[in-house]
Amino acid sequence: MKLIKVDKKSLDQGIEKAKSAYRVFGPVKEKSDHDFKLLDKEQLPDLDFQNTRLSPKSVIYPQSQIMFQYSLDESKEDCRIMKEVENVTSPMAVIGVRPCDALSFPIVRRNFDTPEYQDTYWVKAYEATTFVGLACNSACGTCFCTSAGTGPFGEEGLDVLLIAEGNDFYVKPLTEKGESFVQAAGWAGEVESAAASKIEEMKTAAEASITATVDTDKLRDKTTLDLYDAPFWEEEAFSCINCGTCTYVCPTCWCFDVQDETCGKSGIRMRNWDSCMFPLFTHHASGHNPRDVKYQRVRQRFMHKLKYYVDKYDNGIQCVGCGRCIRLCPVNIDIRRICNKMNSFDAESCVCEATSS
Amino acid sequence: MQNPYLPYPVRIDEIITETEDKSLKTFKFVFLNPEDEKKFAYESGQFGELSIPGLGEIPIGIASSPTEKGFIKFTVFKTGKVTSYLHSMKEGEIMGVRGPLGHPFPWKTLEGKNIVIIGGGFAFTTLRSSIVSILDPANRSKFGDIHVVYGARTPGMLLYKDELAGWAARDDINMNITVDGTDDPEWKYLKGFVPTITEEKAPPGNDDTYAIVCGPPIMIKFTQPVLDKLGYSHDNIIMSLENRMKCGIGICGRCNIGKDFVCKDGPVFTLSQLNEMPKEY
Repeated sequence: MKLIKVDKKSLDQGIEKAKSAYRVFGPVKEKSDHDFKLLDKEQLPDLDFQNTRLSPKSVIYPQSQIMFQYSLDESKEDCRIMKEVENVTSPMAVIGVRPCDALSFPIVRRNFDTPEYQDTYWVKAYEATTFVGLACNSACGTCFCTSAGTGPFGEEGLDVLLIAEGNDFYVKPLTEKGESFVQAAGWAGEVESAAASKIEEMKTAAEASITATVDTDKLRDKTTLDLYDAPFWEEEAFSCINCGTCTYVCPTCWCFDVQDETCGKSGIRMRNWDSCMFPLFTHHASGHNPRDVKYQRVRQRFMHKLKYYVDKYDNGIQCVGCGRCIRLCPVNIDIRRICNKMNSFDAESCVCEATSS
Repeated sequence: MQNPYLPYPVRIDEIITETEDKSLKTFKFVFLNPEDEKKFAYESGQFGELSIPGLGEIPIGIASSPTEKGFIKFTVFKTGKVTSYLHSMKEGEIMGVRGPLGHPFPWKTLEGKNIVIIGGGFAFTTLRSSIVSILDPANRSKFGDIHVVYGARTPGMLLYKDELAGWAARDDINMNITVDGTDDPEWKYLKGFVPTITEEKAPPGNDDTYAIVCGPPIMIKFTQPVLDKLGYSHDNIIMSLENRMKCGIGICGRCNIGKDFVCKDGPVFTLSQLNEMPKEY
């Protein structure tokens, strides 16, 4: 697929033009942060950002989503029968997805689109969406994408990659969906002959700017129970206040709750993002709670991302290295530290309270 | 693409109060659309999500047997929001059911084997389904000896009393019905806790004998050493777990035990499998 170069003005004109065929989402600055929003006519994405406060997961997987509607009116034929609601599945495009966030979609897809069951809401939205990424020329201090399965110029999960170079943008279509979007945007423009090597240089420089890393090579070989029973969980969880910010901002956290809400004689069944940090998440009706204590919930989050997922899918960790949970955690819990601890944990040589007495 | 969250509409055909304290009722449902019954083809050990619009959904083991046609049955303990409302519903009312969900007991593996079914309290529902299936004339010859140990606190707390009496009168199933205690002079079965009765009545373990155990945690805790003593290998001890659930299909993320979901990968696990898993249930 052909590499293109456009200036900022053509980029913006193309985005505006594409709106006739796509619902276009992009980063918009609100107060001090950027977040992905559906762009109105004439509204352009603001591409001057490091990364958005929240990930773009809500475009495919809204924080709150209506699944069904029902009537409780006894005079109606369909009283108490769940009806599907029409969820819009016209083409969407998300502009300015960072490569870390782009990788989260194929990761999350393993949960929502399985051989046995397809989550129709997620799958339809995902299939209707074209992901237009924006390569990172410089990293945040909390970024560790290069050791989390991608990189600042990573392409997995994207349909088009944009690379900012001065006031211009290289446009690299990666899939057929991406080609279609480029056509709809009308982006065209020859690149200079040295473009490919120029991009390669930029990529190398960007990768070098990411200095934080996690080690994940030994996670798979460890037994679940050794890591589960490791002595560091209570200490690591000590400062946690179970606020749920980490799961809320995480592009790969996918858990949800289902609730019915009735108003008068009609109502909806909806799903809402939920969090393993909350005690109610696993609270049985009997009162029993298998993850009753805070450290058990903190352990669940890290074990899920760094061990259970690793074992289940044999496809890396359930983390893309975006660093949001590190930046936004009010008590400085750092997934990089915990990941490295888990990766280097040796149950044999561990002399902890449980084994030393 | 079929929406896996959409319940089949059902009508409550019959409600039976099972226990003397009225905390357990059996609900017999008939599908409003007959073709939905075919889609709900299940095996004993699986569960369904009972769906009441405005209240929510609850995962409940299927108490009817696949050999029983035209309806499905669930026995429900009144405990939370949805079950309390369900207990107030009337015959003829409309609600929803999703399923069948999860894995059944491993019937292929169990063919040709002796089975000891051990149940306590109200965790006897999928075991009832299993017994009805096994005793069906088309199925009984597929299995060896069948022993059942089923206990409740009092005679009045036993589920499916009429069926229990019927099974106890048969010679192709060895029933051991027990209660923790009773002063009823009419009581003609056993007295004693399930682990004790298991130790006295269950056959010794061997490669051809499997135990299916469902009951409250305290019963399971004290039954396991008994089965060890009787020589049951942990591969031959089959259990069914519960955890809080929403989706029932391994997507919403809350019922996991390690990498496995109780809903999709369970609820049936062997004790060998559980030994390798965190105790988060």
